[in-house]
Amino acid sequence: MKIAVCAKQIPDPATPYQLDPTTHYVVRPNDQVLDDTDRYGIEVGLQLAAAAGDASVTVFSMSPSGSLQGIRQALAMGADKAVIVDDAGLRGADALTTARILAAAIEREGFDVVIAGTESTDGYTGVVPQQIAELLGVPSLTFARKIDRHGDGIRIERQTSNGYDVVDANPPLLISVTSGAVEPRYPTFKGIMQAKSKPVETVTAADLGVEVAAGQSIAAVEPVPARQAGEIVTDEGDAFERIVALLEQVKVI
Amino acid sequence: MSEKAMRPRKVDPLDFLEVDALLTDEELLIRDTVRQFVADRVLPDIGDWFEDGVFPKELAKEMAAMGLLGMHLDGYGCAGTNSVSYGLACTELEYGDSGVRSFVSVQGSLAMFPIWAFGSEEQKQDWLPRMAAGEVIGCFGLTEADSGSDPGSMRTRARRDGDDWVLNGSKMWITSGNIADVAVVWAQTDEGIRGFIVPTDTKGFTANLIHKKLSLRASVTSELVLDDVRLPGDAVLPDVVGLKGPLSCLNEARFGILFGAVGAARACYEAALSYAGERRQFDVPIASFQLTQRKLVEMLIGINRGMLVAVHLGRKKDDGTLDPTHVSFGKLDNVRMALQVAREARSVLGANGITLEYPVVRHMNNLESVYTYEGTNEIHTLILGQAITGINAFS
Ligand SMILES: Cc1cc2nc3c(=O)[nH]c(=O)nc-3n(C[C@H](O)[C@H](O)[C@H](O)COP(=O)(O)OP(=O)(O)OC[C@H]3O[C@@H](n4cnc5c(N)ncnc54)[C@H](O)[C@@H]3O)c2cc1C
Repeated sequence: MKIAVCAKQIPDPATPYQLDPTTHYVVRPNDQVLDDTDRYGIEVGLQLAAAAGDASVTVFSMSPSGSLQGIRQALAMGADKAVIVDDAGLRGADALTTARILAAAIEREGFDVVIAGTESTDGYTGVVPQQIAELLGVPSLTFARKIDRHGDGIRIERQTSNGYDVVDANPPLLISVTSGAVEPRYPTFKGIMQAKSKPVETVTAADLGVEVAAGQSIAAVEPVPARQAGEIVTDEGDAFERIVALLEQVKVI
Repeated sequence: MSEKAMRPRKVDPLDFLEVDALLTDEELLIRDTVRQFVADRVLPDIGDWFEDGVFPKELAKEMAAMGLLGMHLDGYGCAGTNSVSYGLACTELEYGDSGVRSFVSVQGSLAMFPIWAFGSEEQKQDWLPRMAAGEVIGCFGLTEADSGSDPGSMRTRARRDGDDWVLNGSKMWITSGNIADVAVVWAQTDEGIRGFIVPTDTKGFTANLIHKKLSLRASVTSELVLDDVRLPGDAVLPDVVGLKGPLSCLNEARFGILFGAVGAARACYEAALSYAGERRQFDVPIASFQLTQRKLVEMLIGINRGMLVAVHLGRKKDDGTLDPTHVSFGKLDNVRMALQVAREARSVLGANGITLEYPVVRHMNNLESVYTYEGTNEIHTLILGQAITGINAFS
């Protein structure tokens, strides 16, 4: 079974993001880390691979390679190899371009199962997995909170706002995995030492035969408005009524 | 000669001298992996474990899964990392708690190492893979009630009886004693001091928990009693006779400690730095007072210096140029530094500094054990004194 996992290198969330003042793109330092939400997808990929026996897990990433720190984290967890699309022309690529690139890279490699997180921690568009599935022409099993093998296929529980759906499909297919669906393993020290010698292929959009046309530009970026001071309800016997009224007003109850 | 201009830069209060730049990507990734593990699995509960006086044994298998147990040894299921990586792992573990680091030191450097270094091929095959996997827990019995800094005076004896060995005596202050499946016990024989692999379910072996400790509470400390413990002839470690056996194990463990202590100190410094920025008295953060700043700066200097020494000694170990006296230098100075940092940090936190809500008093108490075990501060002073004067001042 060929398993493709989409994973992103992002600036370390522990240090504040910087935006380029003219393009408004996130400034990407040389050292980028593996997006934490992708650890879940990689874990699912590794578990499916272990269950399938004869299987490979390849990580696909569209990002400036930099020091490859984030990719090495994915390889250290146990993925077999990585394909990185590193192309200056892709800086600031929109979600659809990203999906076209990843789909082309995955298709070129061949796949049975594609796995992605539901959304990245730095971009938050949350549409790339579904777009990849559409471009590859395979079913998308989205928002999976539980993933199991089921006969020859895969069964997931799709998280919904009031419960979950059980969804079955046979490969080829795509799964988007919610954070918390599995307990991602820590990289092993042996894995960390082997990661250096695992193959990492770097390609450009042209290598994949994808023409990149800027579909969007970021017109402006505004800081989040400062939070308004809250309202303090002093209890004079009727506080609960006033709090209930306030909650109704903001429609949470 | 070209000269680079010195430009003011933004400094990182947590890695002031940018020691990270001295580490390889691989070492950083190992460090970060252990750091994450400690954040996930140790920090949330360590205050309770300390208060309740328990070491959570289930951590062993989780640590083993990463490759932490015997990580710097080669083969037999061990990860085979370099020494710097082993040291960095100790730093992160001890940032969590000295008890957790002690467990790993004892397993890897005191129980697995002697089997790896002095054991027969059969002994290695038999024990090391299971110990690396955390299925078998080990302990190291050298110290006795009347034989601490002077282990050569030990009274535990092993005598031949036909092909067998029969051990009698007792060991004191043995980390992991009550949770161990196997003990590496050092005993006097007619040939000199020798090491024995003693399964703890052997008849005549008992472990008694040492209670009422106020230090290393999240670590098991025990007395081992050996009452006519009969072992087969192949239980002895074949390749070493004399005190150099146990001392070479201690050197391995001390190497981990000189890194570990920096982690405990860093935890205290971080707590003090953040507390000093938030706690207000006389209408200003207490970090505004010169006296507080001086404390924080002393901590900063001690920790950064300690880390530099540690990485330097780690590189020397990996090069094969490390002398045991270098390890004494690091153990002595870094543990002393960590204890000073912990005490200063304790004072910065005021009353909050005495509770387990903050890590500081726990580290402070733990470091008293670290100061004493693996060669006391005084013993390392005498080792260094002898190294530079050529005069033995031990007795
Ligand atoms: C929590 C904990 C865990 C431990 N775990 C283990 C373990 O797993 N295995 C094990 O074998 N041991 C273990 N130990 C024992 C430890 O190694 C000893 O406590 C240590 O070697 C010191 O011995 P002692 O306590 O008998 O002190 P002593 O040797 O009696 O020393 C008392 C004081 O006298 C000083 N002193 C002694 N000799 C001299 C001298 N020649 N010159 C100047 N000063 C001197 C010492 O420095 C110290 O200040 C542990 C101890 C603790 C506290």
